[in-house]
Amino acid sequence: MLIATVSTLVVFGVIAWVIVNAPGWPVAQRTFFDADRFADAWPRVVAGLLVNIAIFLVAAFFILIWALVLAIMRSLDDAVFFPFKLFAVVYIDLFRGLPSILIIYVLGLGIPALRLPGVTSDVFVWGVVALVLVWSAYVAEVYRAGIQSVHPSQAAAARSLGLSGVQTFRYVVLPQAIRRVIPPLLNDMIGLQKDTALVSFLGPVEAFRRAQIIASANFNFTPYLVSALLFLLLTIPMARLVDWLVARDRRRYMAGSR
Amino acid sequence: MTPDGPLLGTEALRVEGLVKSFGDHVVLTGIELIVAEHEVVCLIGASGSGKSTLLRCINLLEPIDAGRIVVEGAEITAHGVDVDRIRRSIGIVFQAYNLFPHMTVLRNITLAPIKVLKLPRVEAEAQAEELLRRFGLIDKRDQVPDRLSGGQQQRVAIVRALAMQPSILLLDEITSALDPVLVAEVLAVIRDLAHAGMTMVIATHEMGFARDIADRVAFLEGGRILEEGPPAQIFTAPREARTRLFLDRVIEAGRL
Repeated sequence: MLIATVSTLVVFGVIAWVIVNAPGWPVAQRTFFDADRFADAWPRVVAGLLVNIAIFLVAAFFILIWALVLAIMRSLDDAVFFPFKLFAVVYIDLFRGLPSILIIYVLGLGIPALRLPGVTSDVFVWGVVALVLVWSAYVAEVYRAGIQSVHPSQAAAARSLGLSGVQTFRYVVLPQAIRRVIPPLLNDMIGLQKDTALVSFLGPVEAFRRAQIIASANFNFTPYLVSALLFLLLTIPMARLVDWLVARDRRRYMAGSR
Repeated sequence: MTPDGPLLGTEALRVEGLVKSFGDHVVLTGIELIVAEHEVVCLIGASGSGKSTLLRCINLLEPIDAGRIVVEGAEITAHGVDVDRIRRSIGIVFQAYNLFPHMTVLRNITLAPIKVLKLPRVEAEAQAEELLRRFGLIDKRDQVPDRLSGGQQQRVAIVRALAMQPSILLLDEITSALDPVLVAEVLAVIRDLAHAGMTMVIATHEMGFARDIADRVAFLEGGRILEEGPPAQIFTAPREARTRLFLDRVIEAGRL
């Protein structure tokens, strides 16, 4: 503990000393760490962050459902269901392989441009749809890993009791699968939270975009620092929650394998 | 050999010409077996002789390649039968217990009665509690399986199968994963069930137990039943040289 503290102080002390004594430090300090600008930007960037949170919550809700549907389709082994399996495989390959920003642009700029009757041109909606399409591909693979990690003997036991295939999946396989993948699932949610900033490229003014606007008005980058801090305030608690869940699972596993 | 007729009462299970292979590997080459109601049949034989596969086939957990399986007069291997309905009346207990780790003991037992038999929850729980009490497990009611010893888990697995009120119970080497000291408590349960008249087919390595509890012992070798008969005959005067060889090895290993 003592060694860790001393070592940490020395390492970060040296880094801080090098930065503060750098020739450009006085200018950098004014452009990035201006206390007045910080206080001024804070409430406005916080208001923008509410948009990020809204995008995140709506997207996460649909991702968690749609990804499960994809994972189930991909896990179907019966020959009859091959088209569904094929669809899921192609879908996941496609949306995992393309950069999020590309999908956001294509949907957010392309679909409103088509001016289809009855189809919304709200960029918030299309930004969320793009995030759902992309992230459900990742989350589907996490679900699938969980489903496959449940030993076939569990399904055999359930079927032997007379439960149908659907009942077996619903009551025996899925609950165990989800429990096991909660940490990687939350990990993806952290990634999604960061990606909400990409929707700003379509126009909605969220935290990052608000910071950009304030920064370019004053030629001072402190607002970026504000938005960075705010993102960390959202994602770090989630990261600690993941750590805690993983540690708890490990303890349970150790206790179970006496 | 052709199966002998049922020894007691009416026929509970009939297996005719059962063939099962996994890829190129033929595991069962033609099983003939008849089990009477209230009869206890023990399957013995080396590991890999097909005992477990036979039980899994009878429970329709493995599709069969040829032959027929008839339970209480109805062919369960016929085309278009309701597999889920058949499995309700055939209980199976596995070597590795296969309890559902995310559910309490009570929920493990009541899941199928509630979801499959559509029993009201209260009724299913009352029935489960009665079974738990009968087998000395009532204080484990709200525990999760991981908290229980192997012997307790296996007894819960037996109770879970019994809760569906099966007409026949298949036990697949249910003591093989247990500490020797825990084997006795599980065997006591089986003995209890045998006295209560439960029809059972038991794959086992516990020769002493088989000799003690079985009405009939069947020796599997090379994917078929090479010899069967009352335990007294099989264990003391086996007709087949292979049976004798197997039993000699078992005695050598101190298991009989």
